Amino acid sequence: MQKEYTVTVYTEDRIGITNRITIIFTRRGINITSLTTAETEIPGVYKFVITVMSTREKLDKVVGQIERLIEIHRAFVHEEDEVVYQELALYKISTKALHTAGDVERLIRENNARILTITADYFVIEKTGHQQELIDFIKKLEPYGLIEYTKSGRVAIVKWSRRFHEHLKELDKTVASY
Amino acid sequence: MQQKDVLPMKAETEADKRSAVKPVITGSEAVIRSLIAEGVDTIFGYPGGAIMPIYDALYDFQDQVHHILVRHEQGATHAAQGYSRASGKVGVAFATSGPGATNLVTGLADAYMDSTPLVCITGQVAASLLGTDAFQETDVIGITMPITKWNIQVTRQEDIPAAIAKAFYIARSGRPGPVLVDITKNAQVGTFEFEYNKCEFIRSYQPVPELDKEAVTAAAALINSAKKPYIFCGHGVLLAGAENELIALAEKAQIPVASTLLGLSAVPVDHPLYGGLLGMHGNYAPNMLTCECDVVIAVGMRFDDRVTGDVSTFISQAKVIHIEIDAAEINKIIHADVAIHADAKEALTALNQLIMPAKHDAWLEEFRFGHKKEYDKVQHRELYPESGEIKMAETVRLLSEKTNGEAILVTDVGQHQMIASRYYRFKNPNTNITSGGMGTMGFSIPAAMGAKMGAPDKQVVAVVGDGCFQMTLQELGTIYQSQIGVKIVILNNNFLGMVRQWQQLFFDKRYSSTEMVNPDFIQIAKGFFIPGKKVTAREDLAAAIDEMLAHDGAYLLEVVVEKEDNVFPMVPAGTPVSTIRLE
Repeated sequence: MQKEYTVTVYTEDRIGITNRITIIFTRRGINITSLTTAETEIPGVYKFVITVMSTREKLDKVVGQIERLIEIHRAFVHEEDEVVYQELALYKISTKALHTAGDVERLIRENNARILTITADYFVIEKTGHQQELIDFIKKLEPYGLIEYTKSGRVAIVKWSRRFHEHLKELDKTVASY
Repeated sequence: MQQKDVLPMKAETEADKRSAVKPVITGSEAVIRSLIAEGVDTIFGYPGGAIMPIYDALYDFQDQVHHILVRHEQGATHAAQGYSRASGKVGVAFATSGPGATNLVTGLADAYMDSTPLVCITGQVAASLLGTDAFQETDVIGITMPITKWNIQVTRQEDIPAAIAKAFYIARSGRPGPVLVDITKNAQVGTFEFEYNKCEFIRSYQPVPELDKEAVTAAAALINSAKKPYIFCGHGVLLAGAENELIALAEKAQIPVASTLLGLSAVPVDHPLYGGLLGMHGNYAPNMLTCECDVVIAVGMRFDDRVTGDVSTFISQAKVIHIEIDAAEINKIIHADVAIHADAKEALTALNQLIMPAKHDAWLEEFRFGHKKEYDKVQHRELYPESGEIKMAETVRLLSEKTNGEAILVTDVGQHQMIASRYYRFKNPNTNITSGGMGTMGFSIPAAMGAKMGAPDKQVVAVVGDGCFQMTLQELGTIYQSQIGVKIVILNNNFLGMVRQWQQLFFDKRYSSTEMVNPDFIQIAKGFFIPGKKVTAREDLAAAIDEMLAHDGAYLLEVVVEKEDNVFPMVPAGTPVSTIRLE
């Protein structure tokens, strides 16, 4: 059955590694719905968090084919309930609205959002959460004149992981090859 | 993300530092010296603008490295494949940037599918021109990413030795495969202090997995209790050099063995436990009995759809033990009840210690019975026809007899390939060289050249169809120039025979674009100064094969065969193996 999965991949820091990973999804016609990548706590080791709509069966094979790549340390597929995850959204709203509408403050408080910056023309609100919450918040802000919205991909941490940080630190004792 | 700036070299000892007078050489010379350090003595290639400095460096090393000038870069890759498969060494190919590099694509894809270790080196425009659509610039890294085991672009001369060291390590270790190293022109001409260290470790890559002893024990238990055990022998057996271990397992517990197309020659065809070829045009008994067996021991194979037919019914009644070095192949197509993620030789050695001697006489009798059925219905009339036009099968039979099954048989793709694979009686490992996974027409002529270079003392015979021959016949020029003594047998039916067979069986005999109006192949060979003979009559065939085999040097034999001959048995694509047709 198709549903949303989170795929995490630990890689070496190499030109083209994103391409190497994504073409494996492309080959099987799997659409990547979000992709986040950044260096881990170990310099030279990167983590990718990829969300996709697919089936477990397909993704188990995809992950095997990703792990086969030379510069991949490990790759995993996670069910929704195996990860704790967040996404981050920014909302730009006209400052005029802030002055005319009285309950923006309530909205921000109730939705665990916060104001990042205010200028004479606009202000920017930040909110973290799951995709649907972030989208729902758009609707709430629209009456106040939403100018721009942007959202990050997912960052995720695995519930069942043990000693992951230690494993990565052990990796740090070895030298990345050319 | 940024590429590492610094190349980690092996830590230098104090003594090293004292004696260190590293030669200052160009990147191009470093390429050649690195190849020599990896034991390379043969390169197949084609020069061009962006790789000229490397060819210039090669000029000074002609006494150590033999460069074979091919006629098309595709030929260089197939020749390197043939060389590798015949010699067990890594095949090396050179090409220039742009069209030179893109011409490597088919061979790389073929080598990737068939796990053949290659290192291909391409020239590239200068780093300052990358991305500018410079003359003969192409993104060969992007293009070859999905069809290489690994690739890398080198833009600085000091990175060349480490890149080549890593390329060889990756190409030959674990499940072998092709690797491409793209070197920009500035790196070829720039100078640096050369030092070469072989690569022995990559922290994100574990080529040889640790053998899981518990899995071996579980596998042994399954085999020891099996009533109808069945071994599938794949290419991985040959790649691991595990032929003897596989035969020992079969003999100890009297287990029949069937081979995949690429696994052919691992077990001698005349071995009493050898059951034949699996797959769409394989033998009757080994296919049918996949529906009867209770335990399958699949070694170094990947359950290609040409083997499984309809996957949902394939060996669904059996427990499956899958011995495979590439984890991504385990559970990809067929669920493994016991997965042994390991090198085939290591796994079989451990397994053999736990296997009890057993007899499966009735089960083996089923193979003999099935073989007799196929022999009576199909093989006899194919192998020993008394009238009509020459058959492909009788030609292969004669070739097999006259070479005593000891030639290296290089086949192309199509009917002739299936016939040759079915009827050549292989005696020795690594004597079957064919394009399996990709099914690349045009493979055999260049691959045979490479095979002869890799095994100069062996008789190398390419069996090729009239269609395939015309895809890479320009390599006759290479064969002539480099005096490569390959024998070429064209089985000419003036058709793209396999496609025609499908049209006959599944497209209501609508022969759309499959009939060929062919040139005079003997005249073509003559133009390349290669002697040849055309045979149309059965009574001339044996003598012609004798003449070809006795000839010192390259020879082309054209055998005009029955125009609308079909290959049977046949499992129609995507159907259960049990639907195998004998006629």
